[in-house]
Amino acid sequence: MTDMSIGRAVKRTEDLRFITGKGHYLDDFSRPHQTYAAFVRSPHAHAEIKKINKTKALKVPGVVAVLTGDELAADKIGTLICGWVIKGKDGSPHKAPPHPALATKKVRYVGDHVAVVIGETLDAAKDGAEAVEVEYRTLPAAVDTASAHKPGQPQLHAEAPNNLCYDWEIGDRAKVDAAFSGAAHAVKLQFVNNRLVPNAIEPRAALADYDTGSGEFTLYTTSQNPHVARLVLSAFIGIAPEHKLRVIAPDVGGGFGSKIFIYAEETVALWAARKIGRPVKWTAERSESFVSDAHGRDHVTTAELATDKDGKFLAMRVNTVANLGAYLSTFASAVPTYLYATLLAGQYKTPLIYCDVQGVFTNTTPVDAYRGAGRPEATYVVERLVEEMAAKLKIAPDELRRRNFVQANEFPYTTPVIHQYDCGDFQRAQREALRVADVAGFAQRKADAKKRGKLRGLGYSSYIEACGIAPSAAVGSLGGGVGLWESATIRFNPTGNVSIHVGTHSHGQSHQTTFAQVVADRLGVPFESVEIVEGDTARTPFGMGTYGSRSAAVGLSAVSKAADKIVEKGKKIAGHLLEAAPQDIEFRDGKFRVMGTDKEVGIAQVAFAAYVPHNYPKDLEPGFEETAFYDPLNFSFPAGTHVAEVEIDPETGTTEIVNYSAVDDFGTIINPMIVEGQVHGGIVQGVGQALLEGAVYDADGQLASGSYMDYTMPRADNVPSFKVETIVVPSPLNPLGVKGCGEAGAIAAPAAVMNAVHDALRAVGVDKVEMPATPHRVWSAIRNAKKKAAK
Amino acid sequence: MYEFEYQKPKTLAAAADVLKKKKDAKLMAGGMTLIPTLKLRLAKLSHVVDLAGMKDLVGIKATKAGVTIGAMTTHGAVAASAAVKKAIPALAHLADGIGDPAVRNRGTIGGSISNNDPAADYPAGLVGLGATVVTTQRKIPADKFFLGMFETALKRGEIVKAVEFPIPKRAAYMKFPNPASRYAIVGVFVAETADGVRVAVTGAGGCVFRVPEMEAALAKKFAPESVVGVSIPTDGLNEDIHASAEYRAHLVTVMAKRAVAAAIGG
Ligand SMILES: Cc1cc2nc3c(=O)[nH]c(=O)nc-3n(C[C@H](O)[C@H](O)[C@H](O)COP(=O)(O)OP(=O)(O)OC[C@H]3O[C@@H](n4cnc5c(N)ncnc54)[C@H](O)[C@@H]3O)c2cc1C
Repeated sequence: MTDMSIGRAVKRTEDLRFITGKGHYLDDFSRPHQTYAAFVRSPHAHAEIKKINKTKALKVPGVVAVLTGDELAADKIGTLICGWVIKGKDGSPHKAPPHPALATKKVRYVGDHVAVVIGETLDAAKDGAEAVEVEYRTLPAAVDTASAHKPGQPQLHAEAPNNLCYDWEIGDRAKVDAAFSGAAHAVKLQFVNNRLVPNAIEPRAALADYDTGSGEFTLYTTSQNPHVARLVLSAFIGIAPEHKLRVIAPDVGGGFGSKIFIYAEETVALWAARKIGRPVKWTAERSESFVSDAHGRDHVTTAELATDKDGKFLAMRVNTVANLGAYLSTFASAVPTYLYATLLAGQYKTPLIYCDVQGVFTNTTPVDAYRGAGRPEATYVVERLVEEMAAKLKIAPDELRRRNFVQANEFPYTTPVIHQYDCGDFQRAQREALRVADVAGFAQRKADAKKRGKLRGLGYSSYIEACGIAPSAAVGSLGGGVGLWESATIRFNPTGNVSIHVGTHSHGQSHQTTFAQVVADRLGVPFESVEIVEGDTARTPFGMGTYGSRSAAVGLSAVSKAADKIVEKGKKIAGHLLEAAPQDIEFRDGKFRVMGTDKEVGIAQVAFAAYVPHNYPKDLEPGFEETAFYDPLNFSFPAGTHVAEVEIDPETGTTEIVNYSAVDDFGTIINPMIVEGQVHGGIVQGVGQALLEGAVYDADGQLASGSYMDYTMPRADNVPSFKVETIVVPSPLNPLGVKGCGEAGAIAAPAAVMNAVHDALRAVGVDKVEMPATPHRVWSAIRNAKKKAAK
Repeated sequence: MYEFEYQKPKTLAAAADVLKKKKDAKLMAGGMTLIPTLKLRLAKLSHVVDLAGMKDLVGIKATKAGVTIGAMTTHGAVAASAAVKKAIPALAHLADGIGDPAVRNRGTIGGSISNNDPAADYPAGLVGLGATVVTTQRKIPADKFFLGMFETALKRGEIVKAVEFPIPKRAAYMKFPNPASRYAIVGVFVAETADGVRVAVTGAGGCVFRVPEMEAALAKKFAPESVVGVSIPTDGLNEDIHASAEYRAHLVTVMAKRAVAAAIGG
């Protein structure tokens, strides 16, 4: 093991260029003769477009073109797609109404794309966009999640009566109902899982270039999955045949899911580039990001848990209305169904689970996957129910969890909601978390806080997530339109250094470091001589990209498999060089050696021989390059227990997180420092959801929280110094035993924090506060409880 | 941003001249409010008149009687000033709580008070301390300077030169920040001065205002419990997605109580 091996906290090699301003983000790219795009966006949540008058805009100096949805349709550019078809209770496929990249007859949310103005400069494009005259007939808007599918609401799409995209279910309702009627105890909760705006630090952007000579398009874009973007843009939207479209996603400044999707802007930029015969560049302004990046979450849920007299879970019953926004975004349909309800077993042996979900259209920005995607929502349901049940039964919440955990010796464990958990040790993670969080000392800390006039509370979140997304066959059987395998090419250069070409994409996850660690470790080459190539469809094998904590579990499995192939090939070459049979060669620490002898040759020499194959045997191919595709056998199941401790100032309603501890099982850890960083970031986002962030629409569908003046991003002073530890139960299902860590924090934290908030507020008679638990909300809840008590 | 002409005059007279002659000309101090407004195309100006070159407008002078702060003095400079910390620590604390380091290193006291954002901090400081605004034309007592939401007594072409603060016996500022913007949802400045007790509230209403009932109670007894029973009416208070009028009214009492406690303690 060297300092750069698997398991070492190698410093991120990408950081120097990032923090010295030498990264290459989208807006850093320019093409000769480039133009700029500005979108005319709908100021209304719901309106008919009566007329678009371009005359004035075309007269603005520097305006090159003004293009509308009618022209887009006339050029036979297809509409945006949703890649996962959900079948409803009656077996019918979900309703996927057309989602034009530029609206034609109607606009359906504030920010919807009405026209694009191309200018010689950005200012000219913006001046032009302001000069486009659009005549609207405004329509009443359906904004509220819970009521969107109720009778009498304004209708968004003729194809989706009652704004219902689907009414889906999982589990056996009759059996669950029967279990509830015979149960000793039950709790029922109703809550909102608040809508979030992704807010990646780099806004979305696209630079589209069309080569009039070769007929080739090049799209530079902020994508988490450039190959998927190319596939969708060519096969479904019809921009160009796949081989005539190159998609490049260079350094990307954060995605959190929002850059998985194929949006209107890059579609329009490509189309416009061909139409005007010049490159077109668009970079979102922050206010555009707020209204046009797909949002996350937005559920209204009723959830119930039934137990026997000893607190053993008998059944869970959940109804969720999930807001999908105005149109179906790329993976929107799967998030509140297969990425959500399939996690409702949590870490527990609940034998019966039923969940039905109504996916509804509203006059709001489309909603899709956002860090955790469905799993934070599921964890919130399960862990809030467990905590309230513990309070009701007067059983310590950690004890109630232990009574119901799937035990370490019970894996593989099949839940009543599809998943088969491969491995885990929930009890150990909890035990360690209790220690790290010093739960034993909590009562004293609570008493001390009380003396200072503060309400102190402690909350757990024992979460599980399905990531390492995902086995293609499973995805296909559930309606997914893609395979979710991953790819890697390991290419040795003649001088012995190595380029790794992968289908994943790093936008904050440090693949440049961790992937190089794995390759250095597996092939015994110096860490510094490994280069990771990502994010360019012309330079990498087809891959599905990065999201769902899949890059390690799936992507590195492909790398690992390719490394195996390299070793196999290397043995043949080494055998030739050492005059031994390949099967007599062993490979260790970068050296091929004839077993039982000291005859050996280094992998760099092998590479050189492969490229300079003078006197090479006939049956051996030159070259030292291998490609592997890896389709996972199952999801992976990171799990753990997080403990949040809060203090609430009852006078102002302010919640302070005073302690936060996390013990996670991510399987094998490649770089503990990077894992810790991922956990920190995730927790902060989860804290954001719990206490700070919330997209608020007014009744007319205007986004009231459309800037940082009103949308509260978490800041450093909103969180304490976290205590983060891990336990390691390697996954038996992939070569490295890794599970994934990208989303855990965001999945676990909202429930942990909100359980702590509820624990603190129970003392003053408050039984419910919604997320985000802002000072105003907490203060109001306390005051209402006091009023109620006074009656 | 729409196009405009940028000017950087050397004298206040030259600056005032541009403002008088060009209808759509505006001064720029730190630009922390003006530039975002321009970038969002919320304003279309013919001229931006930058005060940055005027050294006379920068600086802090302390005497026994008071502290004078030049209009172009940044929040950061006020927060870090040993003189201000000694004479009126509450004012240094107020300046230190404005925005973030970048904003404090650009934003100025002159810009802040001329803009008179209903949620800005300085208006509470000026009114709470009974300060005087010195302009190119006259001296305006703080009580007469802040007229309404984004509205001041400044006339066209009139430029703030400095603010004169008398030194209070004791004072404190307590701010309850908007969780998103960190401007004040409610900020209360309490001061015991030679001319009596002053309680100034920002963030709660359309413009900074005083609370005479609290001032009277504190004049009798300068102690936190004196204000606990005083609640202000909710009429005319701001309501938004962060705070109802009722919550703001409640916070005025809580912040006033804490400010008095801090003034006594510090
Ligand atoms: C992210 C952020 C956070 C902020 N947080 C806070 C906060 O917590 N609390 C708070 O109080 N403020 C806050 N601010 C506002 C900040 O304090 C600004 O500095 C202030 O509002 C304007 O000062 P400025 O020097 O930047 O003025 P500018 O933006 O340059 O000018 C503002 C206005 O004042 C006029 N003006 C400027 N100087 C003069 C003068 N000498 N005479 C007459 N008119 C003049 C200008 O014409 C313009 O209309 C924040 C700003 C930002 C960007």
